[in-house]
Amino acid sequence: MSERASVPPEAADAEAETAEAETEKREPDEDKSVVESGAEAVVAALEAAGVEYLFGVQGGAIMPVYDALYRSDELNHVTMAHEQGAAHAADAYGIVTGDPGICMATSGPGATNLVTGLADASMDSDPVVALTGQVPTEFVGNDAFQETDTIGVTKPVTKHNIFADDSDDVGEDVGTAWALANEGRQGPTLVDLPKDVTQGETDRQPEEPKTPDTYNPPVEAEEVMVEAAAEALAGADRPIILAGGGVIKGEACDELRQFAREYEIPVITTMPGTGAFPEDDPLSMGIAGMHGTGYANLAVSNTDLLVGVGTRFDDRLTGDIETFAPDAELVHIDIDPAEISKNVFADYPLVGDAKHVIRQLDDAMPGAPDCDEWHETCQRWKEEYPLDYETPEDDPLKPQYVVETYDELTPEDTIVAAGVGQHQMWAWQYWTWTEPRTWVTSHGLGTMGYAVPAAIGAKLAAPDREVVAFDGDGSFLMTGQELSVAVRENLNITIVVLNNEAVGMVRQWQDGFYEGRRMASEYPWIPEFDKLAEAYGAQGLRLEDYDEVEETIQTARNYEGPSVIDAIIDPSENVYPMVPSGGDNARFALNEQHLEDI
Amino acid sequence: MTQGELPGAHPDERQMPEGRRNKQGIRIDPEVEAEHPPERAVLSALVKHEPGVLAEVSGLFSRRMFNIESLTVGRTIDERLARMTIVIEEPRPGIDQAKKQLEKLVPVVSVRELADDAVQRELVILKVNGDEPDKVNAITQMYNGETLDAGSRTITVELAGDEGEIDDAIEAYEQFGIRELVRTGYAALARGAEPTAKVTYPNKAPTDAAVETQEAMDD
Repeated sequence: MSERASVPPEAADAEAETAEAETEKREPDEDKSVVESGAEAVVAALEAAGVEYLFGVQGGAIMPVYDALYRSDELNHVTMAHEQGAAHAADAYGIVTGDPGICMATSGPGATNLVTGLADASMDSDPVVALTGQVPTEFVGNDAFQETDTIGVTKPVTKHNIFADDSDDVGEDVGTAWALANEGRQGPTLVDLPKDVTQGETDRQPEEPKTPDTYNPPVEAEEVMVEAAAEALAGADRPIILAGGGVIKGEACDELRQFAREYEIPVITTMPGTGAFPEDDPLSMGIAGMHGTGYANLAVSNTDLLVGVGTRFDDRLTGDIETFAPDAELVHIDIDPAEISKNVFADYPLVGDAKHVIRQLDDAMPGAPDCDEWHETCQRWKEEYPLDYETPEDDPLKPQYVVETYDELTPEDTIVAAGVGQHQMWAWQYWTWTEPRTWVTSHGLGTMGYAVPAAIGAKLAAPDREVVAFDGDGSFLMTGQELSVAVRENLNITIVVLNNEAVGMVRQWQDGFYEGRRMASEYPWIPEFDKLAEAYGAQGLRLEDYDEVEETIQTARNYEGPSVIDAIIDPSENVYPMVPSGGDNARFALNEQHLEDI
Repeated sequence: MTQGELPGAHPDERQMPEGRRNKQGIRIDPEVEAEHPPERAVLSALVKHEPGVLAEVSGLFSRRMFNIESLTVGRTIDERLARMTIVIEEPRPGIDQAKKQLEKLVPVVSVRELADDAVQRELVILKVNGDEPDKVNAITQMYNGETLDAGSRTITVELAGDEGEIDDAIEAYEQFGIRELVRTGYAALARGAEPTAKVTYPNKAPTDAAVETQEAMDD
């Protein structure tokens, strides 16, 4: 779980060998880390956890912690433009490295501005630790300046949160929050830090992060159930593996790939599971769900045995639950027992860590399922329902072409961030995903504005890898100010704004389901993003024609520092295939006429 | 003008599965409609005795739309732990889900659904008009209640029992005019030697209290 993903998976073995040395490096330096205050204990706890980067915004109640950071050589603080940006940058850092990303904010508005980012991390099980300042304990509850009930506000959007009430314990509180964010099903945690607690005296040196004794996530699944599941799978005629985000978070990609290939079982990935299985593998059936491929949605609808790994069967994946994989027995592997039979009944619940449970299942398999006919059917669907588009030279630029060209020009381990909307779906559909931890976006919460701060967090997490963010014009307008941070940090990232001068996905729904009444979805005027980028100190590029695509991308890639490509795309382009909300996956629409017919 | 059209067959011309699931995601015979009527369940949870736990538990129930009938909380013999008794009314899949979500909360040590024969009591305190003290006393005795306060204008009594008994008693007092009443909701323990706090899920370490109870039971 804590394996660093900033190196390609092939280097994982070498990584493991150096892990011990790294642990030694992380040991706090005895001389420098003599703790004298609660704030210093917070900093020492972060150092003990091996934290390298913090993303935050200063403010009154958190000042003691920042003051303690001033003296830390090991922690690098990145000042963001807005706390939402800090939370998203930390989230992306967590996705790319696998370790918790840390964000900081002051009390009141600082804390409430983090909430969107925490809710996002909560939905996607991303490891994030938030540290928030709070008014001194004696003022709590009195509506003091910049006071908010941060614990109350963030309870529903965190895995756990802690109100620090003692300078002696605050270091341990931070360690607990870090460990809880990291272990079991990952997720966001928060420690609320009253100013008197961080200013208060303590000489308590924080230890290694540790989860509370009541927290013991399951590792191995029940053996009897594993055997029953293996037998069902070996006897299946039309099996499918559905790989979710838990495969990547549980570092189980190698096991999953090996398992699928050994027993020749086709693999579909969910949006957070993208990259868990390489899409150029013949067994890959691509991506499923509302805007998944036709062949994936046909396969998931017609399977007779579905192995769901680390997926929570979100409604964007299942569509109408009554028609979701209705002929299939479900083998559900998940570390969180509360996901079992939550949305879809699990015939074979395998509660445990994905890496271990896949190995258990492998050991229990009596043989491979006999399903040649099913493989042929799957291949036929792939041929019959390809993702395709036309590129008429005299028409406006197709966004799909920009995505595909970028993919062709960049290395396999390139990290792709995205906001939320049509641009996100095109990036997801037309990029060929082969590696985990390369697709960094907002899945469950659907947070517009995720891309720019996420690209910053991703680049700092993996400085040696290329980072591109695909963004929409609407998404960019929400958090574009974080570009100032990318310029200040001189990060080599490219932001491609697929600009259709509209909140395109809403516009698409209005055309499809609201008889074309385009209420509040089109922008009568928006900034020129290339010029806006220049104002921030970034390189600004404008892209309008097919014959400029490759050259513009290369100009951006070769630039030392951040670039923004304002790509003016065909405003009438829509995202297909599409399963309408709550629809039957097998009856996906391939065009507007289909939408009317189903 | 809409673009982005993709090749492929019309939705009516594709291979379709034959089966169907119900709303709870359970596969069903298309001929048989599977229904899960709501049922009543008593959940007993051992939680860490610390601030904010009650808010966390009640917030969970409201956030996930579980239909809660009553919730009581109080200390146990282990000062670090409190026990919550929660009565919910949900279809069976909802009850199972509520138990699992409750288990997930970090301060929750163990959760158990009590069997129908569990010892369950609710306390009610009610204040009636004092015009007919003899009749009020007779009903109080009939329901094994106790008079807590009696004056010229009002009489206040307490009663304990299961939900049906309490409902019957309240109905009997209605003739005098009930001014106010308060019900505590259920407190419950498992019947017999079986420990209520049996730790049922492997992802929670047994607490000292649970171990002690288990040892006591083994003796």
